[in-house]
Amino acid sequence: MRDQMNNAVKLFALGAAAVLAAVAAGRGHDELYSFHMIVFAAAAIIMFIRYLTGAAKPAVPEGEFDASLIKAGVVMTTIWGVVGFLVGVIVALQLAFPEFNPIPPWTGFGRLRPLHTSAVIFAFGGTALITTSFYVVQRTCRAALISNEAGWFVFLGYQLVILLAATGYVLGGTQGREYAEPVWYVDLWLTIVWVVYLLVFMGTIMKRKEPHIYVANWFYLAFIITIAMLHVVNNLAVPASIFSSESYSLFAGVQDALTQWWYGHNAVGFFLTAGFLGMMYYFIPKQAERPVYSYRLSIVHFWSLIFLYIWAGPHHLHYTALPDWAQTLGMVFSVMLWMPSWGGMINGLMTLSGAWDKLRTDPIIRMMVAAVAFYGMSTFEGPLMSIKAVNSLSHYTDWTIGHVHSGALGWVGMITFGAVYYLTPILWGRSRLYSLKLVNTHFWLATLGIVLYAASMWVSGIMQGLMWRETNELGFLVNSFAETVDAMHPFYIIRALGGVLYLAGGIVMAFNVFQTIRGRLREEGGSAPAPAGTVAAE
Amino acid sequence: MSFWKKHKKVETNVTLLTVLSLVVVSVGGLVEIAPLFYLESTIEKVQGMRPYTPLELAGRQIYIREGCYTCHSQMVRPMRDEEERYGHFSLAAESMYDHPFQWGSKRTGPDLARVGGRYSDEWHVQHLADPREVVPESIMPAYGFLADRHLHYDHAASHLEANAAVGVPYTAEMIASATLDVLSQARPDSDLADVDALIERYGDNVQARAFDGDPTDVTEMDALVAYLQMLGTLVDFSTYDPLAAENLR
Repeated sequence: MRDQMNNAVKLFALGAAAVLAAVAAGRGHDELYSFHMIVFAAAAIIMFIRYLTGAAKPAVPEGEFDASLIKAGVVMTTIWGVVGFLVGVIVALQLAFPEFNPIPPWTGFGRLRPLHTSAVIFAFGGTALITTSFYVVQRTCRAALISNEAGWFVFLGYQLVILLAATGYVLGGTQGREYAEPVWYVDLWLTIVWVVYLLVFMGTIMKRKEPHIYVANWFYLAFIITIAMLHVVNNLAVPASIFSSESYSLFAGVQDALTQWWYGHNAVGFFLTAGFLGMMYYFIPKQAERPVYSYRLSIVHFWSLIFLYIWAGPHHLHYTALPDWAQTLGMVFSVMLWMPSWGGMINGLMTLSGAWDKLRTDPIIRMMVAAVAFYGMSTFEGPLMSIKAVNSLSHYTDWTIGHVHSGALGWVGMITFGAVYYLTPILWGRSRLYSLKLVNTHFWLATLGIVLYAASMWVSGIMQGLMWRETNELGFLVNSFAETVDAMHPFYIIRALGGVLYLAGGIVMAFNVFQTIRGRLREEGGSAPAPAGTVAAE
Repeated sequence: MSFWKKHKKVETNVTLLTVLSLVVVSVGGLVEIAPLFYLESTIEKVQGMRPYTPLELAGRQIYIREGCYTCHSQMVRPMRDEEERYGHFSLAAESMYDHPFQWGSKRTGPDLARVGGRYSDEWHVQHLADPREVVPESIMPAYGFLADRHLHYDHAASHLEANAAVGVPYTAEMIASATLDVLSQARPDSDLADVDALIERYGDNVQARAFDGDPTDVTEMDALVAYLQMLGTLVDFSTYDPLAAENLR
């Protein structure tokens, strides 16, 4: 009886949503708005039909672990990774060969760049975070999600956000705020999804059977609540009309700038760092079969990291019209941030104490350790670049782009690949991955890609900064801006090549995951762990 | 009780962990952002700033739509080479009506904060249509399609209203005449245009002409070029003293 009531309420809500969205589509001021409302209506109708026919019924009863949710997440993470890297290669090629713009205006750099950043950060990274957080919280709490249905809502609702954001960018819908480009109604939808995410995550921790909340969950929790705070404040806006996709931010100029970079830097700090540290704290100890190195270090590193990160935003606005006191505060806290960052790195790396030999025998561990090493490198480079004197040279140049990618490709990418390789055989009940040799191939393709990427951007960025400021003995500027653009060309080609290698690695992973799901096992003589004696003799 | 024992309470209570985390992550933003709204020194006192005309605002929305900010900054830093290349360093006051700000973070192309009046309309139209014809080294995408697209400005008034709601000083009269003002600025020779009224509302430095060279239609190119041609031209620097006590920040 109660189930029937529940179902009726859901059907009514979905039906009403579909009708409202369809009406809004008809009244839209712009084509993008109408198109998006049709997407909303279609999503509501699909779910309406699924509830009506009973197809939406979860695979397992509530209160039990639903592996299909995590499986769907692993598959989508892999797909979004390849898509995000592919768009990255396309925009890299556009900077090297500007004529490459197959369908103007849809595929110009200005519209594809947000597509690339959102596809890797929010589609690939976000799906990976939601998926692994749901897996980790259930394992470490020894409890099923408080509601599998709500878990599915979060996962599918988030995929809808990605779809709306991506189609929005190519059709010209953006708020013009870096990493917060989705238009206002997509932001509202994400807010709903995110609140449910927080409730599911906290609710599951509450019904845990373990006395302690495991450290990985602290980081996931900090990531969820901080992103909620940042997302809501940074996206405050007044739409031109409720039937328009365009909106105007609540804050203007200098206040808007700092709000945006408070958000922007902490998208790095909490989305790309705290969340993925949660991943590190679960998957590295699991794969290495060793406990976390230091429990006390993880406490100190957790609180200091989340406290300090939030202050670092102003280093994106050095020497701008932002008042000096705010710039100085941002710089000081950014430099301090180096310490907790390396605290986390040490805790991750030292977890391998007594298991260092696995670096030679286990390519998955190698991937995870490389991720933590890249994390250490980019969290050293970041504080360095936040020093005003350094920033005066590096700001506005490709050095920043290189820095971001050593973090994103090295840290975020590699730790996620490690988690995907760990989860796939477990979820589908295979004895191992299809091929460990292909994991090794992926590792080297990705590493080589990052090296080409970071090195070319260091050279081009520093060169660009020096060329801009170069003056002759009479005090005149030596280079026109166009000459500095011309000088970048070879480095843009090397960068694109690095991206191609990284993309190739992603495709190798997708193939490996696909084969594992199909239940294939590749015959690999050399890949089985060698007996201890032979390793020592090498 | 040692610190580690006390911390155990946090590790076993998810509500406590959540609340403490939220408090800890709130501090930095509150200390850094909140004062910007009440410290009077945050925005310099200058003469000449005015809200965008409806046409310039529409052009700005096209600038945002095409993602120009991904390659162009609008923020000249107070450094010798930048002032040499781009002009006076940017003031906070110059973006006080910018919802959102467009300072940018990358210069794949040059800074545009003071591009207004530097080049002719024809240069802009030609450069947007085929960048490499004008600047051979350029890697900018082509935006010729803007000249073929009619500007939709039926809802111009609602855009001004939304800006007024977030604090831009648009008057009721400006909002009521928004669509007329678009026409007057982009097609001043049209029978319906009233350029004097437009200047009356927005000031002497409003430029009204067929920006795309075609006086028969209001296109997206008109709007974008109108926006580019006024960038950085508003503040009267003859009356601005960067070393005056009230401008030291």
